[in-house]
Amino acid sequence: MRVLEPIVELARGLWTTLRSMAEKPVTVQYPEQKRPVKPRFRGRHVLKRYENGLEKCIGCALCAAACPADAIFVESSENTDEARYSPGDRYASTYEINMLRCIYCGFCEDACPTEAIVLGDNYELSFTDRREAIYPKEMLLEPAPPGGAPTPQKTEPGKFTRSVPEMKDPAD
Amino acid sequence: MTLANVIEWLVKGLVWVLVLLGGFAYLTYYERRALARIQVRIGPNRAGPWGLLQPIADAIKLIFKEEFMPARADKLLFTLAPIITLTPALVITAVVPFGPESASFQLFGRTITWYIADLNVGVLYIMSIASIAVYGIVLAGWSSNNKYATLGGLRSTAQMISYELALGLSFIAVIVLANSTRLLDIVEAQTGMWFAVLQPVGFVIFLIATLAEVNRAPFDMPEAEQELAAGYHSEYGGMKFALLFMAEYDKMIAICTIAASLFLGGYREPWFLRDTVLGVNQTPWLGPLYMFIKVFVLLFGMIWVRATWPRIRYDRLMAFGWKVLLPLSLALVFLTSIGILLAEQVNPLYQWLIPLASLAAGFIAILGMYQTLRRKEYARA
Repeated sequence: MRVLEPIVELARGLWTTLRSMAEKPVTVQYPEQKRPVKPRFRGRHVLKRYENGLEKCIGCALCAAACPADAIFVESSENTDEARYSPGDRYASTYEINMLRCIYCGFCEDACPTEAIVLGDNYELSFTDRREAIYPKEMLLEPAPPGGAPTPQKTEPGKFTRSVPEMKDPAD
Repeated sequence: MTLANVIEWLVKGLVWVLVLLGGFAYLTYYERRALARIQVRIGPNRAGPWGLLQPIADAIKLIFKEEFMPARADKLLFTLAPIITLTPALVITAVVPFGPESASFQLFGRTITWYIADLNVGVLYIMSIASIAVYGIVLAGWSSNNKYATLGGLRSTAQMISYELALGLSFIAVIVLANSTRLLDIVEAQTGMWFAVLQPVGFVIFLIATLAEVNRAPFDMPEAEQELAAGYHSEYGGMKFALLFMAEYDKMIAICTIAASLFLGGYREPWFLRDTVLGVNQTPWLGPLYMFIKVFVLLFGMIWVRATWPRIRYDRLMAFGWKVLLPLSLALVFLTSIGILLAEQVNPLYQWLIPLASLAAGFIAILGMYQTLRRKEYARA
């Protein structure tokens, strides 16, 4: 009965939609339930520390130079052994990222000579004011690891003179 | 007509309008949940338990939105149009009985029946009110001073005129079967057998024509988002839009109650339960419940169709209305009348010729459509 074919096709369409009602919904109940991000996900930036708590960032501003959106502002100051923030001579006394300008390209990550800045997993950025969009160093810096002390640290002279560490090949 | 009578009608009318407005709110919720389930989603489930407060949240949002009016719109008509659209949708169900006479109850010394008006020309009333609603839509489209809105309104009129005829003729088949235009009689006449079984193709025509009448998918040409940017209500916002929206959904409810009354036995039990305790004669209060279940199922049918079938092309819609539905429903009226005549004059069993003849006529219509479309295919090749 080729004549009834259109009717059969209409009925098949109805059957398909009805059958899909029995499937499990794919909805993720977002604020309660979060899907883990992919390994290379580029979310909010994090400024990393060494195990002893010293900041990796040396305030070289290469990230600011690499940034295509001009979202990063870095101002550096001198380290002393009495008040040491990072190995080597200098550290970032001001480090600000404007999250409204940032395009999350990850060039800052590539430019960083000490692997200090990393684009993390956090994608829940919201603010109600333009000023809040500028994330200062306090918000970006990760907390001191267990066993490490917060910066500034008082260190023995002549120990942290080299600013750029030995780095392994990046895996991912 | 006494003052007490007037008060009774007013109170009943008010209660029914409130039921319809609440029904509208929860019909949007029902549609969103059902559509979501068909699309393997969950749907609104945030506001309140299972999202049950979602319609209230939507209402609050719409009430507090800005009342926007296009600069060169016709101010009076622009304001009136949503009201003109909504009113017929609210009053159309006044003649539909929601329970049998035996389910009437006593309140303040008066017998309250389950219908608002007992009109002996109930079906005619429905027909006339149903076509008034299009005035609101075409005025909304025209007064918006927007070409898409105007096109939407015009499409609505053209569509309404084309499908009204088939709708009216499918009503006539029912009137002939029930031998009355009073809805209570029509419902009672279906005690033995639903008219949807006696006149299956008539029922299908009714459903198709009402889908076109209330501008629902797959006949939602007046508000085709992709073509007309929401059509006749594209300039409406806030509460005025809510009224147009309300009209559409209340028309859905109204059409489903009418379909249930005319073809599915209204408040009557399914015919095979007539002599059991589930029958309306035995337990009268089941009547409104049966009505509710039937309307609920029919509404699901509308949502289901919307989720499944794409919008049909406008010229096809017109051709289908005029070249298929109209002759087919005319033929059905003719066949039904012959069947009734035979059943009355010769043998009551001849009434079973009606469904057979109806299905045969439907088949011939499909055959005709098939051959026309195939001819077109050859012409194109």
